[in-house]
Amino acid sequence: MTADLNEIVEEIITALGSTLPTPVTITTDTSITRDLGLDSLAVMDFVMVLEDKFDVSIPLERIAEVETIGDLARTIQDLRGRA
Amino acid sequence: MTILAKYTQLRESYHKMAAIGRDPFSVQFDGILSPTEGMLNGRRTILLGTNNYLGLTFDQSCIDKGVEALVEQGTGTTGSRIANGSYTGHGDLEKALADFYGRQHCMVFTTGYQANLGIISTLVGKDDILVIDGDSHASIYDAAKMTTGQVVRFRHNDPDDLYKRLRRLSDHPGNKLVVVEGIYSMLGDTAPLKEFAQVKRESGAFLLVDEAHSMGVLGETGRGLAEEVGVEADVDFIVGTFSKSLGAVGGFCVSDLPDFDILRVACRPYMFTASLPPSVIATSLQALKRLREEPGLRLRLNSNSRRLYEGLRNLGFQVGPVANPIVAVALPTKELAIAFWNGLLEAGLYLNLALPPATPNSLALLRTSVSAAHTPQQIDTAIELFAQVGRRLGVLPGLVQAAE
Repeated sequence: MTADLNEIVEEIITALGSTLPTPVTITTDTSITRDLGLDSLAVMDFVMVLEDKFDVSIPLERIAEVETIGDLARTIQDLRGRA
Repeated sequence: MTILAKYTQLRESYHKMAAIGRDPFSVQFDGILSPTEGMLNGRRTILLGTNNYLGLTFDQSCIDKGVEALVEQGTGTTGSRIANGSYTGHGDLEKALADFYGRQHCMVFTTGYQANLGIISTLVGKDDILVIDGDSHASIYDAAKMTTGQVVRFRHNDPDDLYKRLRRLSDHPGNKLVVVEGIYSMLGDTAPLKEFAQVKRESGAFLLVDEAHSMGVLGETGRGLAEEVGVEADVDFIVGTFSKSLGAVGGFCVSDLPDFDILRVACRPYMFTASLPPSVIATSLQALKRLREEPGLRLRLNSNSRRLYEGLRNLGFQVGPVANPIVAVALPTKELAIAFWNGLLEAGLYLNLALPPATPNSLALLRTSVSAAHTPQQIDTAIELFAQVGRRLGVLPGLVQAAE
């Protein structure tokens, strides 16, 4: 994993921490819906937070492919690379 | 494992809700007496949750036109317009709507849901971007699922947030379609459309406004929010419905875009469904005429809306930001909202129970919609029933302590 990707993961975890009702240990393998219990609306709202944090546009159909925190970080890295 | 096993959790929460009292998703009326009254469990019930804004469902001229069409043209068209052809009425209604909105083109759909689904998903192609308000109606979200383009959300009613998101997409070569609603169906709040129109102008995006809940309600002549705030020229597409102020069922889109009619052979939710029956077309056409000829209906509606909104607010209930015909009361918990809804129904007042995920910010809402046909007395009765049930359940501020 590149330093850049690690950084993105860290940022995601920090951002998530403030939205979750109870503290949970989050790793790259954490499933966003199964382990964190976020429903689809909560995921979409969280995506808006990440869009602002990384100043990148994350289309909803890209989120459909995302399962884990690691997937999400790679998606953001990919989208940033294109910008 | 059966094919329905994935709904186990949904079934559990549904049963839990229905166990508190009546099932809010299966209310069955024994009869409908007027636009504002029905029979429910053998009792006369005030209808305060029907979106029947102008109260035209029992208008004699609409009924007459509907009966005439039914007798002369039969019960249904039994097919789609591209396969079975159109009746004169379909074209007449499209012309009348185009004339009402001062636009070149109009397409009529079988439901309002299909109008949004069809127009939005067809306009936004695979190289385009659909930009929607976070609190959009399910029909807009479903269009977002159906489109082959990219979908981006912006924060509800936030023009700066929209601007920021469009700026991020400024290098993207595709067309951008921004979709907002005139009045939002859950809280009754209006979009800051003047500001959205400005963002639209600066960014070069197309703008679609869904006036489903604002047609016949807002604007000098009832065309909706775009007319009210004077930005109709900036709105490229207006979508609306016949199922609210026009008292029937159906949807439409009007536009001045050249070649708009190509959508008739590209838009699948238009092409592959049966067209509206002649009687529905006839009542909608007559209701549109009534809407145009009688601005008094709108005045009565707005005076009723203010009466209910202020009455509930003065009692201490948490209502939406503006006095529109949709007046929603937010309750602290889902359980309380369900109990409150049951209490009102038992007392003879019908309205809608709206629960997450269908509501913004996970609110538990008692959603009312006011009609021009309500008498001031009916509105006052509704307010009084809210007060009674609110006190009994300890919801009203100030009275919670008194009860202890």
